[in-house]
Amino acid sequence: MAKMLYPFLIVVALALVGYAGGSLPALQVVFGIIIPYIAMAAFVAGFAYRMLGWVRSPVPFRITTTAGQQRSLPWIKANNLEAPANKLGVLGRMALEVLLFRSLFRNTSAGLRGKRLLFGEEKLLWAGGLLFHYSFLVIILRHTRFFLDPVPFFVPWLQAVDGFFQVGVPAMYITTATILVALLFLFARRVVMPQIRYISLPADYFPLFLILGIGTTGVLMRHFFRVDIEAVKELALSLVVLQPRIPANVGPLFFAHLALVSSLLVYFPLSKLMHMGGIFLSPTRNLTNDNRRRRHVNPWNYPVPTHSYAEWQEEFKEKLEMAGIPLDEDLDHKPEMAAARGGHA
Amino acid sequence: MPEKGPKPEDLLRVEHNKLPEKDWLEPDVDFKAKHGNYCYPSKPKMLEYLGMPNPRQWRPADDDWKLPPDWQEIIYKGMQERLDRFRSFKLFMDICVRCGACADKCHFFIGSGDPKNMPVMRAELLRSVYRRQHTTAGKVLGKFAGARDLTEDVLKEWFYYFYQCTECRRCSVFCPYGIDTAEITMMGRELLNLVGVNINWVMEPVANCYRTGNHLGIQPHTFKDNIEFAADDLADITGVKVEVPINKKGAEILFVTPSADYFGSPHYYTFLGYMALFHEIGLDYTMSAFASEGGNFGLFTSHEMMKRLNAKIYAEAKRLGVKWILGGECGHMWRVLHQYMDTMNGPADFLEEPVSPLTGTRFENATSTKMVHISEFTADLLREGKIKLDPSRNDHFRVTYHDSCNPARAMGLFEEPRYLLRSSCNNFFEMPESTIRERTFCCGSGSGLGTDENLEARLRGGMPRANAVQYVHEKHGVNLLTCMCAIDKATLPPLMEYWVPGVEVAGVHELVGNALVMKGEGERTTDLRGTPLLTKEEVTANV
Amino acid sequence: MYDGKYIVPGLLIFLAVFFIPTAYTYATGGPSQPPKPALPANETQCVESKDWMRDNHMQLLVQWREDVVRNNDRTYTSFTYNKQYKKSLTNTCLKCHDNKQDFCDSCHTYAGVSPNCWDCHNVPKEVSS
Repeated sequence: MAKMLYPFLIVVALALVGYAGGSLPALQVVFGIIIPYIAMAAFVAGFAYRMLGWVRSPVPFRITTTAGQQRSLPWIKANNLEAPANKLGVLGRMALEVLLFRSLFRNTSAGLRGKRLLFGEEKLLWAGGLLFHYSFLVIILRHTRFFLDPVPFFVPWLQAVDGFFQVGVPAMYITTATILVALLFLFARRVVMPQIRYISLPADYFPLFLILGIGTTGVLMRHFFRVDIEAVKELALSLVVLQPRIPANVGPLFFAHLALVSSLLVYFPLSKLMHMGGIFLSPTRNLTNDNRRRRHVNPWNYPVPTHSYAEWQEEFKEKLEMAGIPLDEDLDHKPEMAAARGGHA
Repeated sequence: MPEKGPKPEDLLRVEHNKLPEKDWLEPDVDFKAKHGNYCYPSKPKMLEYLGMPNPRQWRPADDDWKLPPDWQEIIYKGMQERLDRFRSFKLFMDICVRCGACADKCHFFIGSGDPKNMPVMRAELLRSVYRRQHTTAGKVLGKFAGARDLTEDVLKEWFYYFYQCTECRRCSVFCPYGIDTAEITMMGRELLNLVGVNINWVMEPVANCYRTGNHLGIQPHTFKDNIEFAADDLADITGVKVEVPINKKGAEILFVTPSADYFGSPHYYTFLGYMALFHEIGLDYTMSAFASEGGNFGLFTSHEMMKRLNAKIYAEAKRLGVKWILGGECGHMWRVLHQYMDTMNGPADFLEEPVSPLTGTRFENATSTKMVHISEFTADLLREGKIKLDPSRNDHFRVTYHDSCNPARAMGLFEEPRYLLRSSCNNFFEMPESTIRERTFCCGSGSGLGTDENLEARLRGGMPRANAVQYVHEKHGVNLLTCMCAIDKATLPPLMEYWVPGVEVAGVHELVGNALVMKGEGERTTDLRGTPLLTKEEVTANV
Repeated sequence: MYDGKYIVPGLLIFLAVFFIPTAYTYATGGPSQPPKPALPANETQCVESKDWMRDNHMQLLVQWREDVVRNNDRTYTSFTYNKQYKKSLTNTCLKCHDNKQDFCDSCHTYAGVSPNCWDCHNVPKEVSS
């Protein structure tokens, strides 16, 4: 329970702190300007730092996971997406992975029914994950109306599509509903499914609650306790153009929203959320399966002690002669190899 | 099979959804109670021979594992070294979101219900220590951040679970980020090896292989005896006497295969198949008494050991002056040959790009490594009409095919063996889709776990595979499980005997050898294993 | 650094996205000043108080639309001023706020709001021209 409760309380506290800070004019500069700037800087620097941290380590071996037929003989139909033989295939594989969660789409569930092991299609996680990520993307793109001046062409278009059902005024967006549903689903499976509950850490609940908090404060601002949207844009834009100022009437609820968003930005590079950048580097997915056609080079391929043929022949000479296996008279005895061996008799 | 061991219906009573209340961060392995689920430690002399650290007598059930006094430092340092060397390791420590998609993909979890056999958990065993050492949250928040100190109990847990993973990579197919538990297990085992925690079923073959050239420790004279014995057997069955050149300089092709092929059963029948085939097409090849092992238990020890054992293959090809190398049926052997050999011990610039001497086909996919898989080679022969097969000679078999993990998920070798099987027999049936090709289930004994002391774990881990075989056995009367892996051939027979009695195990080239029409052969009355062929009447009756 | 030739440009592109707003806003002539909608010259009082209207005009207009179109209810009584108005965008609102561009659009464009009033109603300019 503590694994869920503490992250929840932390998120609530963060929102309350933001709300309180936004209520006190003296602290508005801190919560409206200083913290968001720090958060943004932390995100950009942290993201780059983590990515470069991974890039510092080499990929010594080409360990592609093949999920389809290799390219071998010309008359055997190869699967260039699931076992890519060239870079184009890798590009396609990665695109499917990143844009459509290809691997997750394969998901099945296994269970014993009597003495039979049965497999079922299990697409809910895939659907929930996809729904969450795409909803979040659309929401971020919609929010560019606060950061971009003039508002670019695609925003009204997105709003029209997203608000297609024209429920309420201002219109409720489809993605508002879908991201909340998706988040609740992702949370629920951590609670309801025993296996997933067992593996879940506070670090799994925290981002769910955090993003739920961001969504909830957003919904509240738009549909229930309305804030002055001009003031919000004025603040956002002032941050963007590096001439920060706090307009009057922003409303404390917005500061709660902003505090949670800032928290997410800071938390992002410190956490598993870095899977966003990491997926591009996954060696089982982003490498070709042409190992035998194109040599992969390991930058730290150091020499190792080996047991040479010469040593082997020496050891088994009598037995080789006895068995009539031809001896090699023309051996290149390399003393330095023997010296490098060490460690055994 | 042990008389008093658990019955199949007992092993099938697995609860996947009843998980312990206890937090997984508390290490919890009772080795006494878990007897039958782990392997015995390496004998000291194996480690001594290989120059590996901390050789000693110890037992997992002992309280004191006789670790070196600074064992934690050694592991921390080893971990740092590997994080710097392997992006895979670093990335896989960082990006898992614990979505749980991998949970029920592991044959050990399906078969045991032990939650720490969920691939995500296996990795978390390592991640929890990684977080403590390498992440701010882990350092500050400890358990709350899923971090824990490296205690002896944690190390014992590592030993138990990293030697209860067969590095089959099934979970990596399903992971949305491609996290590969084989990679995690390999790192875990490397770290354990640094403090002398390892198993004899891996270390003895490694030591043997280093000394004699093969896992079984077969010395050159015995090697030759066995092959000649096999040639005699083949002559008895087919009426054709074949020659197998050994250590022949200037041969065109070096043939490397797992040592079990000429020493174990039912591998042996596949070996007879190779011999018959090579003779029939008049291949100019040689085997080597030095490079007498294609398998590489170094893969189950460390990258360094893998390289040390693998080096002999190129070295021997160079010494013998062959043009290219042909590899027999094996699983992890092919993972090493396909994904590691060229990088580790290449470039093989002293060899030529492989071309089939019979068909002139250039093996475009092997131009750098210069090593061709036997099923690629034979499929090409068959396609080009260089060999003739009589599938009716396999009519006494109703056949299914088990994709061995490594050729499936580390090569993408799916169609070549199927093409050979469909041409070699008349009754071929696929197992359910969720259990073949890239989703194939491990035999449960790979990565050096195929011994007797962990039989219960093997039977549990092999259950998903066996269950699929049982399905086709009941539905189509399948009585032969074919595969292309030496470990499969060694460990599937007892698995079948336990779960699906009445199903035998064979290699693909055994069926090819049965069906192969040879010049000058007598009429075959038995197959390569000596089982009488069906008479014409029986065949008609079967149809 | 390994594979930097793929990863570093990718990373730079990703991070550059965060500076697009700054660059874009300056490239298009700097940030606009917060809108000051032009108020009618000869009227000082709307149907409700200015602050209330600022927050709630959208709901009010939709309510009027429903009332008129569905219920033929055409009279609105201001709760602030206790006066009666005809529920009509064209004849009530636009009578005073006769310049859509300077009044409605000034805020809506700034905040990227696209109300659907003009899906049915003619834009006043078009009427006058």
